[in-house]
Amino acid sequence: MTESAKKAVYETKQLNLWYGSNHALKNIDLEIMENEVTAIIGPSGCGKSTYIKTLNRMVELVPSVKTSGEILYRGRNIFNHDYGVEELRTRVGMVFQKPNPFPKSIYDNIAYGPRIHGIKNKKILDEIVEKSLRGAAIWDEVKDRLNENAYSISGGQQQRICIARALAIEPDVILMDEPTSALDPISTLKVEELVQELKKDYSIIIVTHNMQQAARISDKTAFFLNGEVVEYDHTDTIFSNPSDKRTEDYISGRFG
Amino acid sequence: MRPSVQEMIAQSNGKKNKKVIEKIIPIILFLIASVSVLTSIGIVLTLIVETVTFFTRVPFFDFIFGTTWLPFSNKEAQFGILPLIVGTLKVTLIAVIVAVPIGISAAIYLSEYASENVRRILKPVLEVLAGVPTIVYGFFALTFVTPVLQAVFPEIKIFNAISPGIVVGIMIIPMIASLSEDAMSSVPKSIREGALAMGSTKFEVAWKITVPAALSGIIASVVLAVSRAIGETMIVSLAAGSTPRLDGDFTGSIQTMTAYIVQVSKGDAGYGTTIYYSIYAVGFTLFVFTMVMNILAGYVSKRFREEY
Repeated sequence: MTESAKKAVYETKQLNLWYGSNHALKNIDLEIMENEVTAIIGPSGCGKSTYIKTLNRMVELVPSVKTSGEILYRGRNIFNHDYGVEELRTRVGMVFQKPNPFPKSIYDNIAYGPRIHGIKNKKILDEIVEKSLRGAAIWDEVKDRLNENAYSISGGQQQRICIARALAIEPDVILMDEPTSALDPISTLKVEELVQELKKDYSIIIVTHNMQQAARISDKTAFFLNGEVVEYDHTDTIFSNPSDKRTEDYISGRFG
Repeated sequence: MRPSVQEMIAQSNGKKNKKVIEKIIPIILFLIASVSVLTSIGIVLTLIVETVTFFTRVPFFDFIFGTTWLPFSNKEAQFGILPLIVGTLKVTLIAVIVAVPIGISAAIYLSEYASENVRRILKPVLEVLAGVPTIVYGFFALTFVTPVLQAVFPEIKIFNAISPGIVVGIMIIPMIASLSEDAMSSVPKSIREGALAMGSTKFEVAWKITVPAALSGIIASVVLAVSRAIGETMIVSLAAGSTPRLDGDFTGSIQTMTAYIVQVSKGDAGYGTTIYYSIYAVGFTLFVFTMVMNILAGYVSKRFREEY
């Protein structure tokens, strides 16, 4: 697929966000392309997690949040009154910082999404569970223990269960909020390989505080600082030839 | 120059009374703690001794399988406890039917829907309901609920199982709601977020994620509440009547185990009579019921605990 043929999944226009009086995101303009891995990097408190949680409106769980501006997902403003938040989250999956499987069996974890969205047929569910677990590269490890509680496996495996859970409803976009920050290096590597694999079918937006990770797995990188986008470009360019002095300072480890 | 801090500490530690206090305190605390344990043991022993005396006069099997409870009969007194057990179960059944749906609904509302402000107001109010003296509930059953029921269903008598059942249910709602709410609130927020991020509605999260995750705590709260309902005395003494009966009628006067004990205790059954000993046997039966429920609650909360 050539660069020009790709379409934008998300267009963020003049997004501002406040937690009470704290201005957490300032005039964000970003265009995120489909079938790419977009990394969001920046020091703690720069707004990168806030931004990714805005993309599926999970940020609204914080009672004092206010926003202005627009985020167009596939051309529709997600802040529109008639845009159901459940509909948006059915199209946009999310993987969290700490693995958060449901306290149910591995099978029921994966089948949860399809079930709440009305898929009840046991055979179809079996198929979806297997396909999702294979998609998350964990089928071989858990195929004999699908009825065990998801908390009985390791943290790295739990995180891949959470990825499989997101895949089970075949979303369009997968948001990942520092998905490897609670994992050991080997599990991290597995998740990174998985991200590479998944971008063939999904658009992935990943927040990471690990710059090497962003360099390894992403196509585009956005550098956030104090609630603003300092620089957004191809990952190669960001890491080899950044145009902003602050980006250069950050990626060379002078702060953050 | 003043001595160094270490020297002062050494000096202070050398004082005798400090060591003595450290030795005496645990002994005193142990003795005080023993009082409550010994009291419990004493009560159970008394129960057992008097119950055994009762069984020297009335055969054990006549007691637990007997279908007639006629202790005050002049001709031949009969001590078959089944009618009293049935009376207790009738009241408990109605209480459970009233309290479980309301209590769990209230818990779901408080833990999943109510804002922090609403919860701060509602939870204490709910707990006040738990502090209402049971005699007040008893009057409420007799002078308010029963007349209302009679207005709707004229066949209901002044003493019946339904009215005290409903009021005992109201009494145990706070217990179920409060304990279930605790269990549901302790389900980590991250798990709810995971479900919301899949496009779940709030109710789907509550019903398919939080309630199953908190199920052990919810069941335990229900079992404990049932145990309270079985042991409830004042409400049934006032509003349920004093007619031991084995049938399935809820509209007429019944008698529960607790109400029988009250009836005999406030009457003038002489020390040493069979009736006197019978209240211990009934009390012991009651004790077995509530103990089994409490053990069951402990077992359920361990056995069905979902890990997270």
